[in-house]
Amino acid sequence: MTTSSISKGCFVFKPSTKKKKRTSDAEDYFINGSEDCENSKQRFRLCQKLWENMKSETESVQDDLNKKILDSLLEFARKSAYSFMSREEDWASHMRASEIPVAALVLGVNLTDHNMTLQSLSDRLQQSVTPFVVSIQAKEGTAVKYLLQKVLQRLTGVSMDKDEEEASTDLPQKRAHCSLSSLCDWYMTVCKDPSGISPGKKRSSSEMNFSANPPIIIIFKDLEAFSPRVLQAFILICSQYTQQLPLLFIFGIATSPSTIQHMLPHSVTSLLCIKLFHSSSCSKHLATVIEKLVLTPHFPFKPSGKVLQVLVGLFLYHDFSVHNFIKGLQLALLEHFYSQPLSVLCCKKQDAVVRAQQLSHQEVEKIRQLPSFMRFVEEQEPREQVELLTNDERVKEVCQKLLKGLRRYHKNFLPILRCLHVLTSSLPKYPLGKQIRELHVTCLETNVWETEEYESALQLLRILAKDDLLTDLQRCVEILRPGKTKELRDAHKQLQDLTDRFQQLDASTDHSAPDGHVEFRVDDRFSGNGLQKKTDLFQLQKTLLQMKESHRTKKRSPFELLRNETIAYFDSLVKMHLTRPESQPLYEVCYCTSSGTLRHHLNATPRTSIQMALTHPYCYLQNEALRSETGAISSAAPDVCIMYKLHLECGRLINLYDWLEAYSTVVTAAEGDDPDPSEKGKVDEIRHARFIRAVSELEFLGFLKSTKQKTDHVARLTWGGC
Amino acid sequence: MKERDRTPLAASGRSQRTSIPTASFSPSLTKSSPTIPLLLPEFGASAILDSRLPTLWYFSFWTFACHSEIMSPQKRSKDTGVIEVRFVGDAEVLDHIVDKQEGVKVSKDLVQKLVLDLPRPEQKQGVEEDEDVFDERDYVEALGTGAEEGAGTGGAAVFTFQSIKRSNKMAQMASALARTPGKSVTFSTSDEVTSPPRASKRLDSQNKTPQKGKKVQFVSTTPHRLRKRLSAPNLKSDSDSELSPSNSEEEDDDDDGAEEKPVTSDATPKKPSTSAAAALYRTPAKKTKKAPEPNLVEEYFEAHSSSKVLTSDRTLQRLQTPRLDQETLCRLLDSSPSCYSDEIGQLNKDHEKHFSKWMLQLQFGFSVLLYGLGSKKRLLESFRTSMLSDSVHMVINGFFPSMTLKSILNSITGEVLDHSGNFRTPMDQMDFIVEAMREDPDFHVYLIIHNIDGPMLRAENTQQTLGHLASIPNMHLVASIDHINAPLVWDQPIMSLFNWLWYETTTYLPYVEETSYENSLLVQQSGALALSSLTHVLRSLTPNARGIFRLLAEFQLEKKDNPTYTGLSFQDFYQRCREAFLVNSDITLRTQLTEFRDHKLISTKKGADGVEYLLIPVDAGTLSDFLQKDEAE
Repeated sequence: MTTSSISKGCFVFKPSTKKKKRTSDAEDYFINGSEDCENSKQRFRLCQKLWENMKSETESVQDDLNKKILDSLLEFARKSAYSFMSREEDWASHMRASEIPVAALVLGVNLTDHNMTLQSLSDRLQQSVTPFVVSIQAKEGTAVKYLLQKVLQRLTGVSMDKDEEEASTDLPQKRAHCSLSSLCDWYMTVCKDPSGISPGKKRSSSEMNFSANPPIIIIFKDLEAFSPRVLQAFILICSQYTQQLPLLFIFGIATSPSTIQHMLPHSVTSLLCIKLFHSSSCSKHLATVIEKLVLTPHFPFKPSGKVLQVLVGLFLYHDFSVHNFIKGLQLALLEHFYSQPLSVLCCKKQDAVVRAQQLSHQEVEKIRQLPSFMRFVEEQEPREQVELLTNDERVKEVCQKLLKGLRRYHKNFLPILRCLHVLTSSLPKYPLGKQIRELHVTCLETNVWETEEYESALQLLRILAKDDLLTDLQRCVEILRPGKTKELRDAHKQLQDLTDRFQQLDASTDHSAPDGHVEFRVDDRFSGNGLQKKTDLFQLQKTLLQMKESHRTKKRSPFELLRNETIAYFDSLVKMHLTRPESQPLYEVCYCTSSGTLRHHLNATPRTSIQMALTHPYCYLQNEALRSETGAISSAAPDVCIMYKLHLECGRLINLYDWLEAYSTVVTAAEGDDPDPSEKGKVDEIRHARFIRAVSELEFLGFLKSTKQKTDHVARLTWGGC
Repeated sequence: MKERDRTPLAASGRSQRTSIPTASFSPSLTKSSPTIPLLLPEFGASAILDSRLPTLWYFSFWTFACHSEIMSPQKRSKDTGVIEVRFVGDAEVLDHIVDKQEGVKVSKDLVQKLVLDLPRPEQKQGVEEDEDVFDERDYVEALGTGAEEGAGTGGAAVFTFQSIKRSNKMAQMASALARTPGKSVTFSTSDEVTSPPRASKRLDSQNKTPQKGKKVQFVSTTPHRLRKRLSAPNLKSDSDSELSPSNSEEEDDDDDGAEEKPVTSDATPKKPSTSAAAALYRTPAKKTKKAPEPNLVEEYFEAHSSSKVLTSDRTLQRLQTPRLDQETLCRLLDSSPSCYSDEIGQLNKDHEKHFSKWMLQLQFGFSVLLYGLGSKKRLLESFRTSMLSDSVHMVINGFFPSMTLKSILNSITGEVLDHSGNFRTPMDQMDFIVEAMREDPDFHVYLIIHNIDGPMLRAENTQQTLGHLASIPNMHLVASIDHINAPLVWDQPIMSLFNWLWYETTTYLPYVEETSYENSLLVQQSGALALSSLTHVLRSLTPNARGIFRLLAEFQLEKKDNPTYTGLSFQDFYQRCREAFLVNSDITLRTQLTEFRDHKLISTKKGADGVEYLLIPVDAGTLSDFLQKDEAE
């Protein structure tokens, strides 16, 4: 092979120049895997467009979320700059002046998202406050010298490299005497001659907004990772220059603000004037992202319940990273368009209808094979069935209708989902989940009204107090107001009507029989006979419910009647609109269902896979010789598997000789040779070689290492056996 | 053990408590709490004599599938995740006990069983800390979605704690394995220690156990070691001269069936006899050791604290050809037919279908990571030749022993970007690469890293730099990992830099190239290179210098049986050299030694008394080979 050598580990391959001109791009690879070229091309374009939309959407979400905290940070930066300039003569400002203003930004443990936040922060700062913003990572500041170098290089580099070319060639020499005093000199010259920097700036309009002495902002991206000593020294040095340089620090903190106290002694923190800022929590961020990307009819692509579960599970249990969540969503999107040929219909309504008209025969066949479409066909009359199975045109027509239906389904589904969430999210113990994403997953997975949780939620709703119910109702009305479909308008009207009636009720009569009274009576009756027979909680709940029910039927106030009517109406709405997507014909077009693939790609289990391959070779190599009952391993298995199995029987150390003996016994038996007991100490050479190979493979995999504890022994690196 | 003796119930032998089942519930079971919620009648020999007790409880412990890690790949049977309690009637119990074949299997002592079971609960706590916070069920559900294939290898199977191992388990395992294809093969070790005789002896003695009656029952309730001791005196021994003293650890039956066939908690009649036989191997040291309580905490520490190595003293020197050199090895391996080549070929073809998908995902900014058993070099090579022939790409052998980050970066800047210049730090180099790649967004570079978990690439900043490379939009990375702990080299931020997509590509191909470098192999052939380097270096030396080295080598060979030998002190050596007229002053000797040291022929160590000791860091076999060769010349 051209890539193996005993003297070299890197091999570069460059194609000859004439070949080089044509490099295939993503589209070609997308098409590569499928037979229908035109279809794939369309799918690829759709996929790309959709992803671009989704990406810009997430970016705007990100911006909105950070806006508030960034604005307050900007305000802080401006103020500190102002106070530097004003230099009042009173004692307080003197004290202030010797302190370095610090914004401690608590970002949370989702380290992977920090970059986005800090990047947008530094962009904003550069736009509106000062051109002098430096971001420093811990790995760049391993010593004070390097830290200073980086700061200076970035600061001066920013303003110089566009001024004059030789500035950059100057730099290496300059680096030798990097110090804050040289920074001071630089700052003075820059401030005296602000025009010196303005030509280099692209945003000359915002340049005008900079004050005469723009602050120098240093962002420490990951404060925890900095070495405390370096940081202390740096701060001490900087504090000497507070009079000349308007410095401002921003600490990016992942854990808690008390880290500052842990890292820096009092003598250093007293030089800082720290203000704390909290970024929005990552779960809030996730909720917004889901809201914008998933719970919206704008994007025709929908992740299925399982896919969402996988992605949310990864988020909650592994990294808290919204960034990774979005990546996962991107992968799901890619996977869907790549593997589902009919995803060509997964686009805007008008386009989809047009495309449905242009479907080729093959695609129509594919539609016929969709389980959901088959179900749909079965529900039709026999004549229609025949028509659908034979006539392509008919299928296309129906398909258009179904696509429209699917679209309407989504339009109805989401507002009703929100209404249901509004009603149930404030119930005690959150039977249907606290977050809308939980409810959403439930609705995608099952018909929500068939679940026990829904039942108990309704029970609770039926005893809801009037005020709560009324506010919830009003919120629902608000949600349904922009609804455009007929069903939603109806629902809106109906709910509006119910709200009005509640309000009228309020005005006209005050209802009787408060709930407390009822319960009291129930309790009374219960204590009467409760002593005689054993009652468990379930029984008790049942009797209580029955009693309440019977009580209700006897006498109901107008409020109760109206309340029941409302709940019943909601129930009917839910049953009408919140059917699970699988029940919709052609749902495969929009829903990505490959949760298994997704999970394998994102949350893989390499060790299990290796161990599985070692213990159950039959799973991978479908050879009957390897088949064996669970736990055991056939002696005909590959060498590594046998060796692995044998080594499990050993303790911390393994005697190579014994191992070889054991191995040779197994292999001899497997190969059908009769072992010759007289030949002691002799092992067939080939077997010996195979043994050696297997040992070094196990070592390579990390199950063993050589040891000097005892001659001809190796040490096991894993625990246990079985 | 005292505790046990005091408990009346344990002595009665009637309704004795077993801690096995409870062990799985509460790992914190201590000796001060002998009351265990589940009372289990344990049937020993007396169960046959006096079958007053109607039932026997079987406890089977299925592994708790707790981490997603454990429930992954394809084709697994479903994990139950619950404790299964089976009701077994009298007849079956009798059957079970009388049936010898089965009985042998079952004669598992408490200690062993406890340790086997130990991992489950503990592991649950250890691995899954965050599940205390989150709803475990949700977690498993969420991540288990799509696990329609089911999961068979529980986490307990993958991440287990150390258990006490018996010395010739492996041998028994081997004979058990050898039997599986239907052939009955007895395992023949080179010496008297063979499992079959022992097994038969066990069966013999089994016959007499019923007579022991109550006593046996009592004994079986006590911990294993104690039992051994109690019944030791009245049994004759079989000698086993070959075993090192510490391996007296009582052997047990193969626990081949331990995982799928849960070991029953009934102590079988054979137990006393086996333990008795084994007890004779016990060392005096062991005797003084207090027999542990059968509780988890102590078992855990016993399994982990044993400083003694329970293996036999046999060495590879017993073989006719103790070591094979690299060439013979290669020749032999090439000549031996590879098994299941059809299936393996099929497996690889399946993986090759993904190539265009990989390319697509690479374009979208993901990196592809291959894992699974077997060398992935060939797969990546065919990926390279089939997909990348038209684009600039670079292959990095992560398993290469002298691979460095610098060489990778230099190859990128020097050969890929055609930049001739030096960089002060890797960071500057990275900045340059990032800048250069950004300037030309249509210039795509593909990196293929075989074994990104290679020993030389494991450092954190190396991985971070590689991650930064991977995060460049027009730099695409395909890599493979093999080490079982490879994912530990990445933390979350680095993972997100890489943006991995994991692909399981089990190939079952031998790691020929990956393990071909000298230091990755075990002792078998480490001599060859050392020997040739020795001869080469020495050949270029003066006869006197060679004599000096010979002197040291001979002395070291003389002392090879002395394990405390730390080396020859400089003064002694000087004396000897003077006597042999090799040097005339210690300065000459020192100069000579410096030269040796520079060629890594000797190593020096300061002793406790400040004297310098000289040692040749080569094993005795190689050294004697060298001397022989030298003499021949």
